[in-house]
Amino acid sequence: MRCAVAVLFPVVLMLVACQREERDTRPQSALGSGEQPTPVTTLVPGGQRPSPTDNKAASFEANAFHLSEGKRLFGWFNCSGCHANGGGGMGPALMDEKWIYGSSMESIHATIRDGRPNGMPSFRDKIPDDQIWELAAFVRSLSGKAPSSAAPSRNDDMMAHPSENRMPNAATLGKSP
Amino acid sequence: MTKRSSALRRYSPGLAAMLLVCAPLLTAASEPSPAPAISPPAAAAPPDDGQWTMPAKNYASTRYSELAEINEGNVKNLQVAFTFSTGVNKGQEAAPLVVGSTMYIVSPFPNIVYALDLSKSGAPIKWKYEPNPEPAAQGVACCDVVNRGAAFANGRIFFNTLDGHTIALDANTGQPVWNAHVGNINIGETITMAPLVVKGKVLVGNSGGEMGVRGWVKALDAGDGHVAWTAYNTGPDKDVLIGPDFKPHYDMDKGKDLGVTTWPPEAWKIGGGNVWGWISYDPDLNLIFHGTGNPGPWNPDLRPGDNKWTSGIFARDPDTGAAKWFYQWTPHDLHDYDGINEQILLDMNWQGKPRKVLVRPERNGYLYVLDRTTGEVLSAKPYGPVNSSKGVDLKTGRLMENPDKVTGTGKVVRDICPTASGLKDWQPSAFSPKTGLVYIPHNNLCMDEEGVEVNYIAGTPYVGMNVRMIPGPGGNRGAFTAWDIAAEKPAWSLKENFPVWSGAVVTAGDVVFYGTMDGWFKAVSAKTGDLLWQFKTSSGIIGQPITYRGPDGHQYVAVLSGVGGWAGAIVSGDLDPRDATAALGFVNAMKDLKNATTAGGTLYVFRLP
Repeated sequence: MRCAVAVLFPVVLMLVACQREERDTRPQSALGSGEQPTPVTTLVPGGQRPSPTDNKAASFEANAFHLSEGKRLFGWFNCSGCHANGGGGMGPALMDEKWIYGSSMESIHATIRDGRPNGMPSFRDKIPDDQIWELAAFVRSLSGKAPSSAAPSRNDDMMAHPSENRMPNAATLGKSP
Repeated sequence: MTKRSSALRRYSPGLAAMLLVCAPLLTAASEPSPAPAISPPAAAAPPDDGQWTMPAKNYASTRYSELAEINEGNVKNLQVAFTFSTGVNKGQEAAPLVVGSTMYIVSPFPNIVYALDLSKSGAPIKWKYEPNPEPAAQGVACCDVVNRGAAFANGRIFFNTLDGHTIALDANTGQPVWNAHVGNINIGETITMAPLVVKGKVLVGNSGGEMGVRGWVKALDAGDGHVAWTAYNTGPDKDVLIGPDFKPHYDMDKGKDLGVTTWPPEAWKIGGGNVWGWISYDPDLNLIFHGTGNPGPWNPDLRPGDNKWTSGIFARDPDTGAAKWFYQWTPHDLHDYDGINEQILLDMNWQGKPRKVLVRPERNGYLYVLDRTTGEVLSAKPYGPVNSSKGVDLKTGRLMENPDKVTGTGKVVRDICPTASGLKDWQPSAFSPKTGLVYIPHNNLCMDEEGVEVNYIAGTPYVGMNVRMIPGPGGNRGAFTAWDIAAEKPAWSLKENFPVWSGAVVTAGDVVFYGTMDGWFKAVSAKTGDLLWQFKTSSGIIGQPITYRGPDGHQYVAVLSGVGGWAGAIVSGDLDPRDATAALGFVNAMKDLKNATTAGGTLYVFRLP
C-alpha cells in the first residue's frame, strides 16, 4: 500500500504539473463575442467610467495555445505583410510602446474586427471571432505584454528579433523599474 | 525682398564679373555648335525655355538644363531664396514644376497641390487644391504614401492621388476640370507615379506589386479624362495589347499569350507587373517606353515560369497602346527587381554606327544600353556590386542567374547583392550632353532572404518573403556614380553613408545636384564629382531637384526635403529597428536613420546672391 502511494503520488504530481492551462481548441461559434463597443480614448466627458471588458479577453490573453495560434495566424492572414514581425512597414510597428487605438485586448480585437480609418482593414466576417482574440493576444506579446511563461518561445523563420517570451516590455524598455 | 536684392545685384561689381564668366557658356548653349557625340533626339528634348513642365524635364528624360548662370565657379555662393512647408511630414519624392511664373508642387498623401506665385516676393500661395483622397488608401501603399509629381500640358496640371484618381486642374485657377477614378484600393491598387502627357493623352499606371495587383498602364484623354486605352502587363495578348505589330528582338519574348503561359494557372491575374515608375516618349518613332514592376508574390516558388511581362520594358504606340517590342530585364524575378526605372533616350555612335538608344540603370544592377527601335541590348554592365546574377547574355538577351542566390520557400539565402530595392530604385538619374555622363543616384546594399508561405487575400500584401538588408561592400549604403556610356564604365563615383534616394539634375554650368537622406543638398562638379557646395535642409532629401529661370531672369534650383519612401519609412512611418524584417527588410539597413534626421516636408529654393 505504501509502495503504491509512493508510486502513485509522483505520477499524480506529474500529471497535475502538466496542467498549465485550459485549451479551448474548438471554439463553439465562428462569430463569438458579439458587438462589444470599445472606446479608443480614455477621455470621457462627465467623468471616467470603467471601460467595458470582455470575458473572452482574459481567457485568451495568458494562454500559450492561443498565443501560438495567434502567431501562426499573424502570418496566415497577412498581418505580417504590413506589420512585418512587429517592426511595421505599410502598417505601424506593434512591438513599441505606441498604441494609436489602445493596447487592451478589447481595443486590439476591435481594431482587427472593425478596422481603423487610416488604413487598417476590417477583417469582420473574414476571420472567425476566436481567432481574432488569438491574434490580439499575440499582438500584445510582441511588445512584451504577455506573460513569458505563455508567449511563443521560438521563431521557425529567419530570426527577425528574439522570441516573444523574451521580448522586453516596450513600456519600460531602457528604463529602470 | 526679391526686388531689393536684384537691385543690389545690378550694381554689384562681383555680378558683372560673374556675368562675364557666364557669357561664353550662355552663348555656347544657344548657338548651333557641332553635334555632341551623345545627345538626346531633338524632338524629345527641345531647346531649354527655362521652365520645368514635367518631372523628367523632357520626353527624353535627361533632367538636363541648359541654364548656366549657376556654374562650377559660383555655386558655392548659393543661398536660400525662399522655403515653403507642404504641411505633410511624409516622404517627399515629387519634382516641383515651373510654368511661366508659377511653381506647382504635389504633397504626399493627402496629395495637396499648391501653386506658388514666383513673381511675388516670397512666392506666396496662388491657389491650393485638396483632393481629399480616402484615408484608407494609406493602408495599401507599399512603401510610404509618396507621390512622384505632376505634369503640365495645355494649361492644365495633371496628377494622381494615392487612392487611384487621376485629376486635371486648371493651371491658372486650381479648379478641377475632370477627375477619373482608375484604381481600386480594395484590391490593393494605389497610384504614386507622375503622369506623362503625350499627344493629348495622360499616361498613368498603377502601384501594388506587393499586393498581388495586376499591372496596367492607361491613356486618359487629356480633354475629358475618359480612358482611351488600357494595356495590362500580364494575361492574354489582347489584354496586353500585343498584336501584329509586336516584334520583340529576342526569342524568349516571342510566342502567343506568354502573359498566361509563363505562369501557373490563373496566377497572372494576381501577378504584378505594375507601372509606377517612369515613361519616356520618342516623337520621331512615335513610341512610348515604360517599365513593368516585379512579379507577385516575391516568393518565386509560387510562380514557376518567366512571368511575362513583369520586370521588363515595353515600347508602345501612344495612340493605341499597341506593343511594338518588349525586353525582360529579369525573367522569373527572384528578388523583387521591379523594372520601372527611368529610360534616357539618346542618339549616339555605337561601335561606329549611329544608333537610337535608350539608357537604363536597372534595378538588377546593370546599366543597359538598348536600341530603342528594336529592344536589342547593346551593353549591360554592372554599375555597382552584383552577385545575384553573372551578367547578361547578349546573344539571347537573358540575365544569367547565379544559382547560389536562388530563393525559395523555407530557405535562407544570405548576402544577395543588390537588394530588393535594387542597386537603384525609382530615384531618377540625369544625363549631360556636355560630358556624355549619366549621373546615377543609387544604393549599395545586400540582403538575406527567406521564402515563406503566403495566402492571397485581396487588398492585403502578397509577398511571401522575409528580408533583412545590410550595407553593401565598403559599408557605404549609397553612392552617386557618373557613368561614361561610351566607355561602359564609371567616370567617378562618390560614396554616401545612406542610400541616395533623391533624383539628380545636371546643368550646362557643369553642376550636378542631389540630396542625401540625412538632409544635405549637394552640388558637385559634373566633370570630376568634386563637392562644390552643400546645404543642410530640415529633413532627409528623397525628392527630385529641378532648376529653372525665374521671372527675374535668374537661375534657381529647387528641391523638396522630407525623408520617407521605402528607404526612409523607418522615420516617416516610425518603424521599430529591433525587427530586422520591418519595411520589407529595409529597416535593418537604416537602423540609425532616426538619429540622423526627422520627418519633414519643406520646399527649398536656392539662388545666387
